[in-house]
Amino acid sequence: MQVPAQVEYEKATSVEHALALLARYGPQARVLAGGHSLIPMMKLRLAQPEVLIDINGITDLCSINLTGTQLRMGTLTRHAQLLESSLAGEHFAILHDAERVIADPVVRNWGTIGGSLCQADPSEDLSAVFAALKGTMIIHGPDGQREVSAREFHTGPYETVVGPAELLTEIRLPIRRGGGTAYQKVSRRAGDWPVGAAGAAVWLSGDTITDAGIGLTAVGATHFVAAEAEDYLRGQQATEQTLQRAGEIAAQHCRPVSDQRGPADYKQHLARELTTRVLRRAVARARGLPPGAVACGGAASGGAASGGAA
Amino acid sequence: MRVTMTVNGSEYSREVEPRLLLIHFLRDDLGLTGSHWGCDTSNCGACVVWLDETPVKSCTVLTPMAAGRRVTTVEGLGNGARLDPVQVGFQRCHGLQCGFCTPGMMLTARWLLNRNPDPTEADVREAISGQICRCTGYENIVRSVLWTARHEAGAGD
Repeated sequence: MQVPAQVEYEKATSVEHALALLARYGPQARVLAGGHSLIPMMKLRLAQPEVLIDINGITDLCSINLTGTQLRMGTLTRHAQLLESSLAGEHFAILHDAERVIADPVVRNWGTIGGSLCQADPSEDLSAVFAALKGTMIIHGPDGQREVSAREFHTGPYETVVGPAELLTEIRLPIRRGGGTAYQKVSRRAGDWPVGAAGAAVWLSGDTITDAGIGLTAVGATHFVAAEAEDYLRGQQATEQTLQRAGEIAAQHCRPVSDQRGPADYKQHLARELTTRVLRRAVARARGLPPGAVACGGAASGGAASGGAA
Repeated sequence: MRVTMTVNGSEYSREVEPRLLLIHFLRDDLGLTGSHWGCDTSNCGACVVWLDETPVKSCTVLTPMAAGRRVTTVEGLGNGARLDPVQVGFQRCHGLQCGFCTPGMMLTARWLLNRNPDPTEADVREAISGQICRCTGYENIVRSVLWTARHEAGAGD
């Protein structure tokens, strides 16, 4: 029987209230959102906070909206809510690609996007997604609000820049014209963590790639980003050869480790193959091609990878 | 701490330790043993109950997180005198063998059909993909849910 150790419990009613509680209890307090990472960690004594500050009542943190040229998501947004948001899917197809393969439908009903990010598992999906989209994290603390790039959010496995007195409140994604996005994941069975996964955002002017974002998870990419492959793509023509080369570069800079999900060389293979596949799909979407349309050849086989996780 | 919540339409108020998992509160404090306690790791789905309008895995919810909310367990699925059509479907199509996963499966099935009265087989399989059955191979569970959908749409047997 797995039960958490004894813990005190406080319910926060607003962001200010949560911050006041964090200030009062100090570093021994932990924020409780969906709890689908924290509670299992507490059962295993991998986390043993003295106080839980439940933020599930802060409804201000549950919204997804468009503000100017940004899509803004409160961090208490449930995974299911993001998957069902037509606003989110309309601007960033990658969000729906990823949410379809995160955990299972019942876990998605209660798990939150902010909780997933702050858990900072090195195999977490949204970390790669927001890195690819070059998002911004909004963090509230005793001295007010600060902004951190999604690419600087993680400081290591299970570690982020969010301090013990702070609360991650919002994720902002810049919307730019000419963009297309996609995500694919390979996992061993339904609902599992990825063996490897990749997300891409591509911005086109005609056939020229003006900018690209590539996020990788579970394959040992620094800050979940394939920066060298992005640099290579900028200014290139969006040809099949280019996208394959970008996949090779992305894989070269990954440092995956062998574990129960697969050997390192297989994960490196996935980094290359999945990067190329999501780039193909992102380019097709940037060009406004219908789902399933073959772009640059070979895109029809792209579904095979995600099938493993469906 | 004292928590108050509505379970299957009745209000309950109890003194609990904050660390008490909702599944144990329902089974041990309220005596509602229809919800099953399975893997303890939010993988198997035997403990699925509704929190307000959605199914959740109650082995991964602390009891105070459910305070002030509405919980629905398998005991609240029918109305006492009459079975929910999902329960009839599981009966008709032999959607269970040992029955351990059944309460969670039926609660997720009810949620699916409320949102999507005409699901495809793939929709049903996706909806229950976070719940494990070790007897049926899922075939009869899927058949039961699809029977219920047809039945609720007015089809005969």
